[in-house]
Amino acid sequence: MFYREAGQYKTSYAADMAVFPLREDRIGLAVIILAAYALAFTRNDFLLQAVMIPFLIFSLAAIGLNLLTGYAGLLSLGTGGFMGVGAYACYKLMTAFPEVNVLVWILLSGFFSAAVGVLFGLPSLRIKGFYLAVATLAAQFFLQWAFNRIPWLYNYNLSGAIEAPLRTLFGVPIIGPTATAEVRYLVVLTLVIGLTWVASNLVHGRIGREWMAIRDMDIAAELMGIKLFQTKLLAFAVSSYYCGVAGAMLVFLWYGGAEYTVFDINQSFFILFMVIIGGLGSLIGSFFGAALIFIMPIGLGIALPALLGPFGINVGAEVIEQLRFMIVGALIIFFLIVEPHGLARLWQIAKQKLRVWPFPY
Amino acid sequence: MDLLFKIFVEPFALMVSAPDLLAQTLWEGLVGGVLYALIALGFVLIFKASGVFNFAQGIMVVFAALTLVGLHEKGVPAVLALLLTIAVMFVLAVAVERVVLKPLVNQPDIILFMATFGLTYFLVGLGELIFGGEPKVMITRELFLPQGATDLQLFGGVVRIQHIDVAAAVVASLMIAALAVFFSKTRIGRALRAVADSHKAALSVGISLDQIWIIVWFTAGIVALVTGIMWGARSDVSFALQIIALKALPVLILGGFTSIPGAIVGGLIIGVGEKIGEFYWGPLIGGGIETWLAYVIALLFLLYRPQGLFGEKIIERI
Repeated sequence: MFYREAGQYKTSYAADMAVFPLREDRIGLAVIILAAYALAFTRNDFLLQAVMIPFLIFSLAAIGLNLLTGYAGLLSLGTGGFMGVGAYACYKLMTAFPEVNVLVWILLSGFFSAAVGVLFGLPSLRIKGFYLAVATLAAQFFLQWAFNRIPWLYNYNLSGAIEAPLRTLFGVPIIGPTATAEVRYLVVLTLVIGLTWVASNLVHGRIGREWMAIRDMDIAAELMGIKLFQTKLLAFAVSSYYCGVAGAMLVFLWYGGAEYTVFDINQSFFILFMVIIGGLGSLIGSFFGAALIFIMPIGLGIALPALLGPFGINVGAEVIEQLRFMIVGALIIFFLIVEPHGLARLWQIAKQKLRVWPFPY
Repeated sequence: MDLLFKIFVEPFALMVSAPDLLAQTLWEGLVGGVLYALIALGFVLIFKASGVFNFAQGIMVVFAALTLVGLHEKGVPAVLALLLTIAVMFVLAVAVERVVLKPLVNQPDIILFMATFGLTYFLVGLGELIFGGEPKVMITRELFLPQGATDLQLFGGVVRIQHIDVAAAVVASLMIAALAVFFSKTRIGRALRAVADSHKAALSVGISLDQIWIIVWFTAGIVALVTGIMWGARSDVSFALQIIALKALPVLILGGFTSIPGAIVGGLIIGVGEKIGEFYWGPLIGGGIETWLAYVIALLFLLYRPQGLFGEKIIERI
């Protein structure tokens, strides 16, 4: 009805190949971005601090992993470690050169994580599938050990934790104890939108197509003249860059301080859930996945007591936590059975239905 | 020079000068390796028959051990609790087949892998809900497992051998032998091997996939129970065991995903390598390298033999 391509003529090749070919899509995207910025002015600290900031950061990490696993077809379980490299690199740079703006360091710290990613991505030239996943576990456990055992990384702190010092942009504190949730939210939102735009351009261009060719059949891709060596390592580099930036943002723009335990194996699995539930090889799927995996447990934590209360079942926080685990597990299986291609596919189907509505097809 | 000396000379000098320490380290490594091999065995069974990389094997170990101990705490005699736990593992196998595997048949590997993640979460929640999250003590005595230790006089020193470790090694060997006979001599075992070779061909000669999957998951559940009893007797029964179960992954890589002997040999190599590395080279770089050494050993190994020690050769066609 209101979502139709009727009357929208494409007169150039570029218009035909556009990422958002429909006017409605472009308007919708603009509305969503505006609404996201408007959220900052609601002054709802719980919403911003506990939901939106981590949701956006996890989406970015999920995009990073999706570039590697969804687009290039290389399964990685080292995401947590690569995120940690970004966070620790950012911390070292920030404390060593306090005069440079922290946003520069957050964006640059990703390159350190990219370098580490390339190093641990080298085995991907020989092995693939689950074997590669286990190889990346080596990165995960080694990096986590390094964050704990190399005191130079956390400036010989007695606590062994890295903490966000006070840093400002145009005189407004953006990280550190006095930075407000609104400011941090705006910074996170802007960075995530910018990096998502870059990722979208990457996957729609030559590089993205090369990744997808390798994912679909690497031998055929090689025969067509795609250099496996460079392309696979580039996938590791770009993916780790995104994860590294997400890791730096996680510590400095959300937690405010963290220990090495933040970047443990569970973090890696957590991001992998988001990617698979959201949809492999889909950027918007990364956002859906992050929303489902991150926000659903929070929602359940609020909804469960309210649901059980009227029946006279008053359960402790522990039981709620355990029920949450069970429900999340069951829902993961449920979503996989209903739509193995992830939420992104559901979204596509919904859009298609809307286009032909009221006809079934 | 000093560093090179510390890496290449000193550890070996220590090995030669104190053979009793070396023997003790080797023994502990072997015992740890047996337990890794047991967990890996559960993975291999399921991977062979259904092509599912079962991430939930670790939590199945915890869940089985928790059920056993939890039932005993509620006043059920040990032997009855053991039987009841076996029954619970059977119910779990049937439920997994009906609810998870059957609707997801013929999906890509990664989706099935992901589904076992969901299963893991579910079992973590369920286990904690029923039996509580605090660590429990394994009912070693009630299950007639030996306790205590023997000190052996060896190489002019003392090597301490825990009885439970010997029992673990014996039980593991017996179980592996039983599985080997089961796989090669029985009708069901042959059907299992057929399914492992090709699902479609097995279906076409009238083998029921549903039935085979239940049997395989049930067998893996029994293996998990035995593993849980043995691990639990060495430390506590707690959810931390689940992370230890991840150590089975490098074991699988070394041995190959589809090979039972591979799981055993891989387990022993990883167990011994890890203990020796930690004891002789660990202090050089700050200790605690046990957490990642196994993975690095596996990683280096993979670069030379991508399919593992006993894995099937990977042949690719376009």
